[in-house]
Amino acid sequence: MAIDVAADTVEQAETTLFRRPRLTYGFWSWITTADHKKIGLMYGYTAFFFFLAGGIEALLLRIQLAGPDGAFLTAAEYNGLFTTHAVTMIFLFVMPISAAFFNYLLPLMIGARDVAFPRMNAVSFWIFLFGGLFIYSSLIFGTSPPPVGGNLPGGAADASVLGSIPNSGWFIYAPNSGATYSPGTAVDYAALGLQILGVASLISAVNFIVTILNMRAKGMRLLRMPVFVWMTLVVALLLLFSLPIIAIALFMLTFDRQFGTLFFVAEAGGDPILWQHLFWLFGHPEVYILILPAMGIVSETLPVFSKKPLFGYPAVVFAGAAIAFLGFGVWAHHMFASGIPTVAQAAFGLSTMTIAIPTGIKIFNWLGTVWGGRVRLTTPMLFSLGFVALFVIGGLSGVTHAVVPSDWQQTDTYYIVAHFHYVLFGGALFGLFAGIFYWFPKVWGRMYNEALGKWHFWLMFIGMNLTFGPMHWLGLQGMVRRTWVYPEEAGLGAGNFVVTVGAFIIALGVLVFMINWSYSKRRGRVAPNDPWDARTLEWTIPSPTPEYNFAVEPTVTSLDDFWHLKYDEDEEGRAVRKEKADELVDNLIHTNGNPDHEIHLPAPSYFPFIVGLGIMFIAYGIMYHTRPYGIPMLAAGAFVTIGALFAWGSEPLEEVGDDHHGEEDDLEPDGSEASDHAEQQH
Amino acid sequence: MADIAHGHEEGGGHHQLTGIDSRKLGMWVFLSSEFLFFGALINNYLLFKGRDFGPGTLYPVELYDIPFTSISSFVLLMSSLTMVLAHSALARGDQDQTKTWLFATALLGTIFVSGQFFEFGEFILHGLKLNINPAASAFYMLTGFHGLHVVLGILMLLVLAFKSMRTGGLSEAEGLNVELVGLYWHFVDIIWIVIFVLVYLIQ
Repeated sequence: MAIDVAADTVEQAETTLFRRPRLTYGFWSWITTADHKKIGLMYGYTAFFFFLAGGIEALLLRIQLAGPDGAFLTAAEYNGLFTTHAVTMIFLFVMPISAAFFNYLLPLMIGARDVAFPRMNAVSFWIFLFGGLFIYSSLIFGTSPPPVGGNLPGGAADASVLGSIPNSGWFIYAPNSGATYSPGTAVDYAALGLQILGVASLISAVNFIVTILNMRAKGMRLLRMPVFVWMTLVVALLLLFSLPIIAIALFMLTFDRQFGTLFFVAEAGGDPILWQHLFWLFGHPEVYILILPAMGIVSETLPVFSKKPLFGYPAVVFAGAAIAFLGFGVWAHHMFASGIPTVAQAAFGLSTMTIAIPTGIKIFNWLGTVWGGRVRLTTPMLFSLGFVALFVIGGLSGVTHAVVPSDWQQTDTYYIVAHFHYVLFGGALFGLFAGIFYWFPKVWGRMYNEALGKWHFWLMFIGMNLTFGPMHWLGLQGMVRRTWVYPEEAGLGAGNFVVTVGAFIIALGVLVFMINWSYSKRRGRVAPNDPWDARTLEWTIPSPTPEYNFAVEPTVTSLDDFWHLKYDEDEEGRAVRKEKADELVDNLIHTNGNPDHEIHLPAPSYFPFIVGLGIMFIAYGIMYHTRPYGIPMLAAGAFVTIGALFAWGSEPLEEVGDDHHGEEDDLEPDGSEASDHAEQQH
Repeated sequence: MADIAHGHEEGGGHHQLTGIDSRKLGMWVFLSSEFLFFGALINNYLLFKGRDFGPGTLYPVELYDIPFTSISSFVLLMSSLTMVLAHSALARGDQDQTKTWLFATALLGTIFVSGQFFEFGEFILHGLKLNINPAASAFYMLTGFHGLHVVLGILMLLVLAFKSMRTGGLSEAEGLNVELVGLYWHFVDIIWIVIFVLVYLIQ
């Protein structure tokens, strides 16, 4: 897949003045690239690959649950599949595809040529990729024998391939995740894999924060940044402060399992509830890490397709920041049923309700944006409106969880499953699809197919509501989560059948999307440079994006600067397109697409890839440290990683023999520091 | 919008809107994350240290050698001083002194880590194993991760120190690295002060 992508980029590279003698196209250019756009696309493709894997896992689960007393999967396989579905969708799909958007768009939206640390950006991607492969390698290498003296009902735990994948829930609760109850390596794959993914996210969080704080275009004050950039900043801060906590928790779990520490072993005085606290202290901010990028995306699309400015821009920005801030103070609402003190329950119930305030502010601002606008119901707009509608449903059921007695009633039922799929599927995923369609012409220079796009939307919308809507009722009727069968007498058969049908309708929608994507990026109608009459800087350059982004570094004088270039207001405050708007836009895009001097960009490097590979082997070494090959593997991984970091540090940033040092070279003046950073990731 | 009249803009690609070099800002941002990393570890130890794990077990508190750890803490604190001296020597352009103080910092750091090794060894000989109780687990994990941070710091210091031995010494860009490693080093020291007070002194 990557090679197709490369072929498209060659055309683009050849039309520009900028020449790069080596590694500009072909397989190795993707391995060695430090270009934020290529890295963004790799993030996107990898995430989508994992999305398909997670989707297939979900379909298998739904086949099993389609009727009462299903016999399609064993209990152990079911455990493995629901765990891996969650881990995949959260850590290997939504987070990295958000990273794809951040990577591709952040520099474009702030008028920069790349991120602050291009090679660190590459290393984040490679660490993520190898972390994902590491988790999935448990399919081949993992083992999950039944605990001593016990077995799961419905068949032997380790009988099949699917029984060997991580199987203790994405939350990996102690003491179930401990060595006693989860022997074998399945949990280690999850714990070490998530640790690797955490390193990747931490590096990119640092990178994005510095990029936003330091590299904005002239005149782009913080409150002139597009909302998407704001949400990127907020998400990066959330990652920055929540990842170290899960890192410690995962280290504790790994140490318990590998080196015999006793943190979560209740019999020895350990504290399983501590795991829950640490996990959710990360896990709840994580929820906002998943949803805020989508909120940022629809804050861009809704104004564009309503031909109005975003209603209450500062309120939307501050509401996003407030959600993130409050998000660190609500974690225990995941633990109401764990026996925490009543006062704590009341406090966390209240703090959870307060989250509804900034969220409501956002919803009303989006509605205010669309209200009275000249709405164009294109595919991205449909997905954006779908996002708002479905997120409201998910948000409301979320508020019901803040009420402790009600939450006790709903804990571990399908009502919870319904809730978080409305916010994550109806919310995050719809927002992300809105973004994919909205920026499709930017990336490929071609339009997606609108008819297929609408089919995709309606299949997803109907499928999504059929899948997750009935789960509310099933949950309230008492259908329990994470069980692989339900009895016929429970009367849950009809509802579950509808859910399964809905899941397959979603799958059909995804298929339509894949056809649309792969057809349109090559054969689609050639897109104008500003196809949506947009407001932000990424549309002031030619499509597909030139390698150097902006030939002339932009200067910004107001929020939605590009919009003000094209539109004036009449006396009643309505937008009126300037007479010369088309000409102004054409001139601007022409200037931005035709550099009058050579532009230096960060040179490609092999080392980020090698660092990612080395870190994966370190993880294998830790996991198998008791086997004869474990320690050599650990040593080899550490040697390769540290060696690559040293080599990275001494690598010149410019290509050899390149003696034109203009004013604008060196996005990263010297490489050695980047390695210092990476060395310090734990 | 982009001022079309401007072909070349001043300042070029070196955006530093905050006025802080991107790499230095990156280090600050990274260290802010590290505070939570150690915060979680310290919290973890404080949670377990007061608990009763039954008879016949051993607690880290029973084995602390406060005078010994005070001396090694003092050594680590002094390494912050030598780090500052290295940085200020470089600011004066005195490459010789920079080299000396970088090596001195690395040496003091190594003495601290050796002290920690010795301490761990003594504790284990007395029977305080990693898996004797959760308090011991938490103690080793906290001080161990701190020690690992010191080791990484020593590695970076040594790289800079050896680079400073070349003719001409450290370049301007490498000079910034001295500052970055300095930031990291001071952070590791500050964390140790917190650990020393909370874990060793307040029993």
